Amino acid sequence: MTRLAAHSRYPVRLSLNDTPVEAEAEPRMLLSDFLRHRIGATGTHVGCEHGVCGACTVIVDGMLTRSCLTLAAQVDGCEVQTVEGLAPSPDRLGILQQAFRRNHALQCGFCTAGILMSLDHYLRRNPSPREADIRDLLSGHLCRCTGYTPIIKAALEAAAELAATTEEKSDA
Amino acid sequence: MAQPAARSASVDVERRPWVGRSIERVEDAALLTGRGRFIDDLGTPPGTLHAAILRSPHAHADIVSIDAEAARRAPDVAAVLTGEQVKAMTSSLVVGVKAPVECWPIATERVRYVGEPVAVVVATDRARAEDAADLIDVNYQPRAAVIDPLAALAADAPVLHDGFPGNLASDRSFSYGNPEQAFAEAAHRFSIDIRYPRNSCTPIETYGVIASYEAAEDAFDVLANFQGPFSIHTVISRALKVPGNRLRLRTPPDSGGSFGVKQGVFPYIVLIGAASRAAGRPVKWIEDRLEHLTASVSATNRATKLSAAVAADGRVLALDWDQVEDCGAHLRAPEPATLYRMHGNLTGAYDIRHVRVRNRVVVTNKTPTGLNRGFGGPQVYFALERLMQRIAIGLDLDPLEVIRRNLVPAGAFPYRTATGALLDSGNYQEAIAKAVEQGKLAELMARREEARAQGSLYGIGFTAVVEPSVSNMGYITTVLTAAERRKAGPKNGAQATATVALDPVGGVTVHVASVPQGQGHRTVLSQVVADVFGLKPQDVRVNTEIDTAKDAWSIASGNYASRFAAAVAGSAKLAAERIAHRLARVAASQLNVEPVDIVFAGGFVVSKRNPENRVAFSRVAALGHWSPGSLPDDAGQTIRETVFWTPPELTAPDDEDRINSSLCHGFIFDFCGVEVDRTTFETRIDRYVTMHDCGTILHPAMVNGQIRGGFAQALGAALYEEYAYAADGSFLTGTFADYLLPTTTEVPEPQIIHMETPSPFTPLGAKGVGEGNCMSTPVCIANAVADALGLEDVTLPLVPAKLAGLTRGPEPEPPAGRSSAKPAREGDRRLHGEGSASVNAAPDQVWAMLLDVTTLQAVIPGCQRVDKVSDTHFRADVTLGIGPVTGRYRADAQLFDLDPPNAVTLRGKAEGALGFGDAEGRITLAPDGKGGTKLHYSYDAAIGGKVASIGGRLLDGATRVIIGQFFAALAHQAGGAPAGGFSLFALLRRLANLFGGRQ
Amino acid sequence: MKPAAFDYIRAEAVDEVLEGLSKEGGNARVLAGGQSLMAMLNMRLARPKVLIDIMRLTELSRIEDRAGAVTIGAGVRQATLLAWPELTRTLPLLALALPWVGHVQTRSRGTICGSLAHADPSAELPLLLVALGGEVHLRSTRRRRRVSASEFFVGMMATARAEDELIEAVSFPAHNGGRCAFREVARRHGDFAIVACAAVATPTGVRLTVGGVADVPMARDWPCLDGSALDDALNGFAHELDARDDVHATARYRRDLVRIIGRDLIGEVLQ
Ligand SMILES: Cc1cc2nc3c(=O)[nH]c(=O)nc-3n(C[C@@H](O)[C@H](O)[C@H](O)COP(=O)(O)OP(=O)(O)OC[C@H]3O[C@@H](n4cnc5c(N)ncnc54)[C@H](O)[C@@H]3O)c2cc1C
Ligand code: FES
Ligand code: FES
Repeated sequence: MTRLAAHSRYPVRLSLNDTPVEAEAEPRMLLSDFLRHRIGATGTHVGCEHGVCGACTVIVDGMLTRSCLTLAAQVDGCEVQTVEGLAPSPDRLGILQQAFRRNHALQCGFCTAGILMSLDHYLRRNPSPREADIRDLLSGHLCRCTGYTPIIKAALEAAAELAATTEEKSDA
Repeated sequence: MAQPAARSASVDVERRPWVGRSIERVEDAALLTGRGRFIDDLGTPPGTLHAAILRSPHAHADIVSIDAEAARRAPDVAAVLTGEQVKAMTSSLVVGVKAPVECWPIATERVRYVGEPVAVVVATDRARAEDAADLIDVNYQPRAAVIDPLAALAADAPVLHDGFPGNLASDRSFSYGNPEQAFAEAAHRFSIDIRYPRNSCTPIETYGVIASYEAAEDAFDVLANFQGPFSIHTVISRALKVPGNRLRLRTPPDSGGSFGVKQGVFPYIVLIGAASRAAGRPVKWIEDRLEHLTASVSATNRATKLSAAVAADGRVLALDWDQVEDCGAHLRAPEPATLYRMHGNLTGAYDIRHVRVRNRVVVTNKTPTGLNRGFGGPQVYFALERLMQRIAIGLDLDPLEVIRRNLVPAGAFPYRTATGALLDSGNYQEAIAKAVEQGKLAELMARREEARAQGSLYGIGFTAVVEPSVSNMGYITTVLTAAERRKAGPKNGAQATATVALDPVGGVTVHVASVPQGQGHRTVLSQVVADVFGLKPQDVRVNTEIDTAKDAWSIASGNYASRFAAAVAGSAKLAAERIAHRLARVAASQLNVEPVDIVFAGGFVVSKRNPENRVAFSRVAALGHWSPGSLPDDAGQTIRETVFWTPPELTAPDDEDRINSSLCHGFIFDFCGVEVDRTTFETRIDRYVTMHDCGTILHPAMVNGQIRGGFAQALGAALYEEYAYAADGSFLTGTFADYLLPTTTEVPEPQIIHMETPSPFTPLGAKGVGEGNCMSTPVCIANAVADALGLEDVTLPLVPAKLAGLTRGPEPEPPAGRSSAKPAREGDRRLHGEGSASVNAAPDQVWAMLLDVTTLQAVIPGCQRVDKVSDTHFRADVTLGIGPVTGRYRADAQLFDLDPPNAVTLRGKAEGALGFGDAEGRITLAPDGKGGTKLHYSYDAAIGGKVASIGGRLLDGATRVIIGQFFAALAHQAGGAPAGGFSLFALLRRLANLFGGRQ
Repeated sequence: MKPAAFDYIRAEAVDEVLEGLSKEGGNARVLAGGQSLMAMLNMRLARPKVLIDIMRLTELSRIEDRAGAVTIGAGVRQATLLAWPELTRTLPLLALALPWVGHVQTRSRGTICGSLAHADPSAELPLLLVALGGEVHLRSTRRRRRVSASEFFVGMMATARAEDELIEAVSFPAHNGGRCAFREVARRHGDFAIVACAAVATPTGVRLTVGGVADVPMARDWPCLDGSALDDALNGFAHELDARDDVHATARYRRDLVRIIGRDLIGEVLQ
């Protein structure tokens, strides 16, 4: 049993986009605040802190996770993936990110990180989604700028492209 | 690249321009990789403190006392400011009308809306600031509240500000043409009464302010995600009591959407500025979502009566507007602008020469209003376009035909409307014809027939809308009389600024004061300027951050009134052209040609006649730095040029109150087909067609992005979104689980059709496009739903239960033996109920228990203290909870009308961090003939504060459950069962704690 | 909007949870998926002194299909159950209804038992438990007991669970191949139900369970009714539910939905 006392700080160690990171947190610190303000990974955004807007969505041990509804202490020792880990290299965008840019699937970009994480997670497991699946998946995210349809289009395009590239790979 | 490779030896001087193409946005790479720089992503100076704001749970109350000692003593707290301290350090915000009224960013002596700031706590981190805010003890004396704008005008309505007698902040009447005669002579008169609800475009990023007071220079340095207009800069500096040059206001590189809303951050700039001054350190405040929904800002709600004088053929001859605008609890700058923004456009897309207007502005106990996408348009067009549909139905005409017969004639542009707007350009007839054809209206009509034949509730709606953009900074003075305006001095125009600079290696930098909120300004400016210099957009770097200490800006700067494409991008073009003009002279002298022979293309400055004769752009551009002496004498400097551009058409209101409120006027024609589900009464958008003429299109994908985004917000306004208040002023939609934004499963793809009639008044021919669907779509959907259900009146949002209530017949009677369900609430928000219980003890025993204070303390779970003020008056501190919800309350109860041991009335209230409640109950005891007691109770109760705004969904249920529990416990206790705990206070404390766990 | 301070206990054995609950009593809260509790903490609606995180207890994360019942441990997330290959066969009603619980992103963390413990009157899982007549397995240092669905939900967000009890698991009687139907009306996809109804065929007829209307899910068993007898029965039931108005719907609207949807679902099941 581990007991962390209310007003003290404890080290939290986790793997962030395959890199080990560590910082201190009080038990009450949210994962969203921990990532943003302790680690400096500010790509994950906070829009409501009650689980509805989806801006803070990250992946923890393979599970889509609202980082605003998760304590930093809970993910000690876990693997966390965030938007900062999506691009293959700092100067290149991944297929999904490119599809977003091509389709103007973002405007202010505040909601985007969470949406990308949900899609990245989903498309890895469901290579040929229907539009209705994408709409269902993304109903857990709020975007105030785009009207959503370019996002859905980008997601479907990226899915097709990802399917094609994995086919190529498996052919090779 | 556009040009074929074969041509690369020489330069393609005819290259296709970048403007008009949907190039990828320069903003996106950073945003897609988590490297955006929003306000909460930026570093703060070491030692920066964090603020939390304690807010009013009451809609209207006097602040009797504030005890902040415990908070001040709390660990890591640097300062606690109440209204008193803020008032001592600042002066009142300017109020938009002439009246002896003050407007503070924090409550002083009285709270006037739920969520109004009452204290600011500054501590080392946000959590600790909130801990300390919980320790502040505010004693309120509630007043009656008024939330409805018409009720606010009633003679006996509670008055919010003594300086606004009868809650009326402004009352102006206008007459244009001869409306009296038109109404007297017209064949028909049609009227409609509209209640436009409160809503807001709520960006996903909330407000943020980082303020730092620099005592040595008596100056403020503020970083805020403010969006303009920068006329507000003057309001802020005045309130902070520094001259404008001592308020350095900066904006972060990225902002998470605004839609007008982030104009409303300005009172918090004053508040956090004051906090920084008090704490002697930089202070940061990031608004949370509950604060945002409850108290940031909202669009105005409005009560409108609109009448039309109509000829037999459906031509509208005159309009009579009676608008009562509800600006909430304070008239904050720039209100009452929402009401006057549309003043020149009160006749919409129609050729109507006679107009009468009465505009009243009232204050009510709701959050103050401010900028919101559409800004006055949704309110006006909802009335006008609903009325057009009514006229069609009344005259048995096709609604589209009524629209057509009234349009401004195609050849009439520029067209001066009756109220003063100068409609710059357009061809509304052609636009409609195009939309009808490309949008396949005939098919949609057939679909309606078919659907109806199959028993579906299917309807079609139409709207024609003129979308104004680039506001005249003087329109708001229409609220003043001509005489008052003369006294105040002229206000008009709309200064746009843009700076283009060349660096020592010929790199081009553009700076504008447009404060983008996600619209991609940097991309469009790179296109515009690249075209002027014959470069590629990547060669042009654009900066859109504002720093009022260093950048060119003016009061019109900012991101509102869809002014970017029309005004700002045009100014950047002008600035680039000025430099290009000078560079052309430099190059002409180097290439030995005349300046008129010079073109900029493909990265070169080229002779048009002989494209081989050329010099690299970067060489010419760098010359001004490296060898200014070798520039031709008449060329002037070529390093940096700032253009200030204001359109001459934007004149001040004339003496007859005619006002050209906006520079450009796009045209929108929408139609849609909707189906209303017979079981659930949910509205499904079957097809939505939206035709836009926004002049020259600079970036088609971004224009469509604006249309889609506006459409989705408008869909929300039509079907889901409302800032709901209870009659007592309690706010009921404080979370995203109750303020419902549309999601992917609700928003369809609209069919977008374009036509381009350039504006003759803007440098690029562009007009604004950002707000149109917020004006056209809500009423278009409402018209379709009214058509589907055959309803005369519909109010937004089109909540299914509301539509069902309007449409369904009487309810099946309950089966015999059950009384028909009475509404638990009558008009007000008080909950009434009654019940009875059997108690295993004689009435006098039960009576004794009700009055025995010493046992009370022992049996109330979580009771810290009971004070007996008198035999019939008690106070107690209790901690209590339902499920996981717990809070601490101060309860006060009194007994009246004692009739021992038969009856007693109990009246009390409780107040705590989660809210407040008050209740009155009558308990009667009667022997049951078996030694026990039959206990009967009836009560009414009301709950408000945080619990109401977060848990509205479960409020009534919880109230009943708790009251039931109290009497069950009483029965239990009296029956000698194991101590379960009961008390008078149990009732009260639980009453105060009523809500459910909705997130 | 940050939580008030609390101690955090990461339990590594069920006994630790039970001891923690017995020692801290009402001051402690079990932290499961956090999809309801964390939002309440953030809003400072709940201020427990201690949080006991049970999600690292592998012994609680089992789904067992045994002796005609499916037993689901406290650590089983909603998404895990939805992805369980036996679900459609053993609990077709849950396969129909689980996708209505929140969103993909909340089901991936939220637990089955957490939703039951929370007992929101509009939540789907309590309704399903009542519809199928399941049992909640409670455990404390004092005792172990099972409580039937109809006794477990005692009011709005109130259950028969004592403060020191952990919901260790929940069991649903498998209704292999049994006919069932589910329908929900919410303002938007993924919202809490305005009205949710489940109909399940019983040996003697049909059971209709309604959520979102009364303080707890309410069930009625009827023989095979149709025509006006069914209408009368549904109308009586709708009026008994004591529906309420709120910002999203009126009481009348809720009763209408119970009458109409109830009839449709019963029709489907009895067909
Ligand atoms: C955006 C959003 C939408 C949602 N929509 C819906 C919806 O449509 N329908 C719906 O039903 N729910 C909905 N929910 C809530 C649902 O997702 C929660 O998962 C569920 O209510 C709680 O489960 P949990 O595991 O997250 O529990 P927690 O949040 O961890 O706990 C909830 C409560 O139960 C207690 N608890 C949890 N587990 C135990 C246990 N084993 N023993 C004793 N006590 C325990 C906790 O102490 C706490 O009081 C929504 C949530 C969000 C954020
Ligand atoms: S911030 Fe986490 S869901 Fe909105
Ligand atoms: S892009 Fe702005 S909220 Fe989605």
